[in-house]
Amino acid sequence: MNLTLHVWRQKGPEDKGKLETYQAKNISEDQSFLEMLDDVNEDLIKTGKDPIAFDHDCREGICGMCSQVINGKPHGGQERTTVCQLHMREFKDGDEIFIEPWRAKAFPVQKDLIVDRSALEKIMQAGGYTSCHTGGVADGNALLIPKPTADYAMDAAECIGCGACVASCPNSSAMLYTSAKVSQLAVLPQGKGEAKARVKEMTDTLLTEGFGNCTNHYECQEACPKGISVKFIAKLNREYLKSLA
Amino acid sequence: MILDGKTPTGPIEKSWDKARFDMKLVNPANKRKFKILMVGTGLAGGAGAASLGELGYNVEAFCYQDSARRAHSIAAQGGINAAKNYPNDGDSIYRLFYDTIKGGDFRAREADVWRLAQVSNNIIDQCVAQGVPFARDYAGYLDNRSFGGAQVSRTFYARGQTGQQLLLGAYSALSRQVKAGTVKMHPRTEMLDLVVVDGVAKGITVRNLITGKIESHWGDAVVLATGGYVNVFYLSTNAMGCSVTAAWKAAKKGAYFANPCYTQIHPTCIPQHGDKQSKLTLMSESLRNDGRCWVPKNEADCDKAPGDVPEEDRDYYLERKYPSFGNLAPRDIASRAAKEQCDDNRGVGPGKRGVYLDYQTAIDRVGEATIAERYGNLFEMYEKITAENAYKRPMRIYPAPHYSMGGLWVDYQCQSNIPGLFVLGEANFSVHGANRLGASALMQGLADGYFVIPYTIAPYLASITPGTVKEDHPAFKESVEQVEAQINKMLNINGKKTVSELHRELGTVMWEDVGMARSDASLKNALKRIPEIRDEFWNNVNVTGEPGEINQQLENAGRLADFLEFAEIFAKDALHREESCGGHFRTEHQTDDGEAMRDDENFCYVGAWEFKGVGVEPELHKEPLKFENVKLAVRSYK
Ligand SMILES: Cc1cc2nc3c(=O)[nH]c(=O)nc-3n(C[C@H](O)[C@H](O)[C@H](O)COP(=O)(O)OP(=O)(O)OC[C@H]3O[C@@H](n4cnc5c(N)ncnc54)[C@H](O)[C@@H]3O)c2cc1C
Ligand code: SF4
Ligand code: FES
Repeated sequence: MNLTLHVWRQKGPEDKGKLETYQAKNISEDQSFLEMLDDVNEDLIKTGKDPIAFDHDCREGICGMCSQVINGKPHGGQERTTVCQLHMREFKDGDEIFIEPWRAKAFPVQKDLIVDRSALEKIMQAGGYTSCHTGGVADGNALLIPKPTADYAMDAAECIGCGACVASCPNSSAMLYTSAKVSQLAVLPQGKGEAKARVKEMTDTLLTEGFGNCTNHYECQEACPKGISVKFIAKLNREYLKSLA
Repeated sequence: MILDGKTPTGPIEKSWDKARFDMKLVNPANKRKFKILMVGTGLAGGAGAASLGELGYNVEAFCYQDSARRAHSIAAQGGINAAKNYPNDGDSIYRLFYDTIKGGDFRAREADVWRLAQVSNNIIDQCVAQGVPFARDYAGYLDNRSFGGAQVSRTFYARGQTGQQLLLGAYSALSRQVKAGTVKMHPRTEMLDLVVVDGVAKGITVRNLITGKIESHWGDAVVLATGGYVNVFYLSTNAMGCSVTAAWKAAKKGAYFANPCYTQIHPTCIPQHGDKQSKLTLMSESLRNDGRCWVPKNEADCDKAPGDVPEEDRDYYLERKYPSFGNLAPRDIASRAAKEQCDDNRGVGPGKRGVYLDYQTAIDRVGEATIAERYGNLFEMYEKITAENAYKRPMRIYPAPHYSMGGLWVDYQCQSNIPGLFVLGEANFSVHGANRLGASALMQGLADGYFVIPYTIAPYLASITPGTVKEDHPAFKESVEQVEAQINKMLNINGKKTVSELHRELGTVMWEDVGMARSDASLKNALKRIPEIRDEFWNNVNVTGEPGEINQQLENAGRLADFLEFAEIFAKDALHREESCGGHFRTEHQTDDGEAMRDDENFCYVGAWEFKGVGVEPELHKEPLKFENVKLAVRSYK
């Protein structure tokens, strides 16, 4: 198939940036979206142009590195799918595709489709852990964690830290991302002790790092490639209230 | 030269405890004065940096991704082994030790493997304490599954995302230390050289991948935890950025590269769809717990829909060849068996390079819901890539390059032959011998990071004065100049081929001639082709863009340049090793029924190569392997 792409090109953080148009030719439906971009880049290199810069690494939907807004939707809008797992069979010959970076105040564009997501790191550093140190811990079976609790924690822990939730949110809030970690650790006996301090420090950091507040649009859940549920935001709010008590 | 692994003597059961007791310690008040550079923050590096930071050392950690949480450890699916014996099915530290030595086809050091088996139990406890949500039963106890090469159920897992959860555990410990100020993170930073002063590792030269600036970092010790090198095959299950660069730069500064020819071709990957493919996707080996491998008995049936091939016309070749391990035969054996069926023209799918992995029997036995519970995310991933529903139609799988058992040579302390340079995780060669068993790499990464390096680095640090060499030393300037010169050279070739075209060419040679089965002729062909591709690279590559900006072409070009040198040592190692063992299969050395034939008389050693210059014959150093606790025997899974 042949496609017309409109891709965001921006030299660096200071540059204004604009959409450029490229043709993607002879694309097979078995190719992934990123393999399609690889093809376009090969053509650009051959004609002496700067290829499109985009983040990617594992290409199997788990590292959270890939991050593109496709036709207005983070990761392309296919259910539970990252850009790297999106396949060209979802498109048809002659389609026009708009490709842009994550857009959020907390994620400045560094080049083309690459953004700076270090603000997400700060949220984890604020409290996304249990304060155990290496060695001197109890046997793994000393704490019994019934399957429903372990499953709940795992549902939350599946977050890959991609930031699509932020990119989809009208307020650029990182609430879904933060709530996933808060909820995972709040339900586990290992994390309960620090739950109050954790929720406070993590949500405080969320605001100081330039993310917006959550006003319940739930766009994040739509965009999330790992199906992280907004029920965790409700859980975070409950944990937050508890922390004030 | 005969290398000494400096393994402890005496009874193996006491070896690690005794070694730990014998090691010198660093006074707590002095720890802060020592700066440790940790290159790589996957399971090995992340766990190591966090643990060393906690102990009070001054740690600086580096990774090329934008976050430590994205190291390729994140992609591990199946699970992590430990000798907990929770299921009461006969496991023990000794059995895990034995299985690993045997699985590695008797090409690993006994003492290192013992230590790994011993600390495996601590790892599970540590991860649980961090909040890793391992699978549990309704009463709350940890659940286990089986993996290839073992007859006990010792694999702990977190759905199909075990690596992700373990890495996020290590990342959380690391984040805690970053906040505490003991670890400074340098993401989007790639190590491009090791700085050696008077024969001792004293720092690294890196490129800031955002600004393109070449920077120097001094350290009292340098620890590499930079992962594996199977991207030398171009198509592999590794992430796009995985490379041999850090390890190879160290090798060029004198570190020996051990057993480069031991690479693992994983049996259960999604077959290649076409020539535009950029990587291969692994389907966890745990799938072989419930899936049955088969191909049609008759070539004529290969184009039929699998459902139309009647039961009696199917060849469940693993069950036929290896009745006691069946579908759980170790990886090297399962991969070669799949290749054999396809070479016999009984493969299925596009290009006939595929075999079926069938769930029908398991679905009939336990129901679709249970299978979905166990492997749901893998079936989902398979469907995304192939648009086929594996609940209804057997999966098609084919082997793909996956893991490197070889790596930088290290002694028992994880220290390379360059004092002050330590190597952890997949980047070293230490415990898997010629073949790694499933669920053992995660175990090794975390063992090295949490429980080995915090102890074994101390004797070295205790023997030196901290901070004697800093960035103003001329060796740093020289290294920066070399790195810049290579970058400028690559940017000014302005040839006709792209980096990925040349990488594909290298990959094809490596896969065809140095892949699953190697012969004298194929290896000699590879040794002719590799330098040709390397020459073409240096004369005809086109690397666009500027040095002082984000430049992904430049990053890839640098990694390929290193693969092109490394590939030669890899093929040389395979050529010199005139035996078949584990992942290294020489067609000249096999039994009548096609099984690997080891030659313990002549090859029971670690082969560690010393780089002598590009295109110059490397020098082989040997470390003899002694087996005092497990009897050297022919590995049989029949
Ligand atoms: C798809 C897949 C599935 C797997 N499943 C399993 C499983 O179920 N069980 C199991 O036990 N094992 C499994 N493995 C193997 C296992 O995941 C790896 O061997 C292990 O995670 C490697 O960990 P590591 O810390 O050594 O390296 P990695 O996790 O690869 O980390 C390497 C680190 O080094 C950094 N780095 C590399 N080069 C440089 C450089 N030049 N400069 C700066 N930084 C650099 C990277 O940024 C990264 O932080 C699997 C592997 C793959 C690919
Ligand atoms: S919650 Fe979902 S969208 Fe947000 S960072 Fe995690 S995986 Fe990405
Ligand atoms: S590249 Fe890793 S999730 Fe897409």
